[in-house]
Amino acid sequence: MDFLQKLGHKTLSRFASIGRATQMLLGALLNVPNLRQGTPLLIKQLYMVGHQSLLIIMVSGLFIGMVLALQGYTVLVGYGAEDSLGPLVALSLLRELGPVVTALLFAGRAGSALTAEIGLMKATEQLSSLEMMAVDPLKRVVAPRFWAGFISMPLLALIFSAVAIIGAHLVGVDWLGVDSGSFWSIMQSQVSLQQDIMNGLIKSFVFALIVTWIALYKGYDCIPTSEGISKATTETVVHSSLAVLGFDFVLTAVMFSS
Amino acid sequence: MSQSIVEVKDVTFSRGDRVIYKNMSFSVPRGKITAIMGPSGIGKTTMLRLIGGQLRPDSGDITFMGSSVPAMSRSELYQARKQMSMLFQSGALFTDMSVFDNVAFPLREHTQLSEDLIRLIVLMKLQAVGLRGARSLMPAELSGGMARRAALARAIALDPELIMYDEPFAGQDPISMGVLVRMIKSLNEVLGLSSLIVTHDVTEVLSIADHVVIIAEQGVIGSGSPEQMLAHSSPLVQQFLQGLSDGPVPFHFKAAPYEQELLDGGL
Repeated sequence: MDFLQKLGHKTLSRFASIGRATQMLLGALLNVPNLRQGTPLLIKQLYMVGHQSLLIIMVSGLFIGMVLALQGYTVLVGYGAEDSLGPLVALSLLRELGPVVTALLFAGRAGSALTAEIGLMKATEQLSSLEMMAVDPLKRVVAPRFWAGFISMPLLALIFSAVAIIGAHLVGVDWLGVDSGSFWSIMQSQVSLQQDIMNGLIKSFVFALIVTWIALYKGYDCIPTSEGISKATTETVVHSSLAVLGFDFVLTAVMFSS
Repeated sequence: MSQSIVEVKDVTFSRGDRVIYKNMSFSVPRGKITAIMGPSGIGKTTMLRLIGGQLRPDSGDITFMGSSVPAMSRSELYQARKQMSMLFQSGALFTDMSVFDNVAFPLREHTQLSEDLIRLIVLMKLQAVGLRGARSLMPAELSGGMARRAALARAIALDPELIMYDEPFAGQDPISMGVLVRMIKSLNEVLGLSSLIVTHDVTEVLSIADHVVIIAEQGVIGSGSPEQMLAHSSPLVQQFLQGLSDGPVPFHFKAAPYEQELLDGGL
């Protein structure tokens, strides 16, 4: 009986939490800030969320591309198919690794920062003071951060894939001696704009929505204490990462299973 | 025009199973300094949030300038909040903005004034709190007292009708406390506004308050002028005002008799 009660209570609080998160997202999306006030806020957040994540994305992309080329070459050379290294690397990156690894890195770098920032604004009564100044915190604080995350993550994923392909070229062509012409030409013929690049981009937009939404909600709904903020920040990274991996499987099944 | 800027009428408010207020009523006179006092955890800050419309009472009504706050729509509430402001205990300055930008914030949000005019108004408000020279500092560079004064400048930026102060003297050194006490008094007189101070710093607030409301046991246990309160017959009021450690609010948490508990230890 006790178990059933606990299960019921947990289920209800989970649904209530989803309801509050949806309410927050709709509040942020429907309260569109005007152009004069909203643009500078969005640009600032694009810098904080997007530009500040650039270094970790580029460095990770470079190394992942290099490792991918090294591993791919080792397998392909056994079949005399090392010329296919270009498409192998490009397809892995554009379809999967680009969107997924970028989303995971984004959750760790920008998502946790968003949660901690909003949680701290709540703890220091900055959100309450906005409300008391007749300024909607969803419009002023949440909306620009949401749009900044939604816009910047797909761009970061494209940059990640581009830098990773350069890293793969460095290892595969410049170091291991794969023919440069084959590397690029087979890649060009095998990679489809619609099937690979666009689908990868759609995945990235979905992951951007999920990660940014979770990060903002966890900060907005956290218990305003140091322990509460710490818990919310951890939950942002864990929940975002799991959600990204889960949705990746679903999206891959829908996009590529046929 | 009504004599009261805020009227709290038969308000009942609970958090979960815990009743905070039960049929509580009092009023805040217009143009005066009103102090709400009471022991810690009695729900004084909650009262400010109810007046500001951040919380809704379970029953009863709260009016601000004649309009019912709980009955207001979101847009009406936001319009009403432009005429009231609140000084939070922490100051609640925006940490990513300088002192100048913090004070300019409500003006930029709610008016179409030019930047030149906003600059003039901000400098005047900062001059009133003695921080004109600190306008380019960030909140992290301010002392606790300075942060509260900067927040006060922001609170008066739109010339509100009512300012609510949440524990303005908590954690202040004697100099900062004296400065804040004089500032609240002079701002109230010069700007002709109404002030509502929530505090348990008895000496400081009684020196400037025109009207005192003491809250305990889910309701108002005494209200009137500071002199009337000092002469009040209620032992609870006297215990609170004189800071006595024992009285109607016991020093000891409810426990078994002392001797019995010591002897039960088996010595």
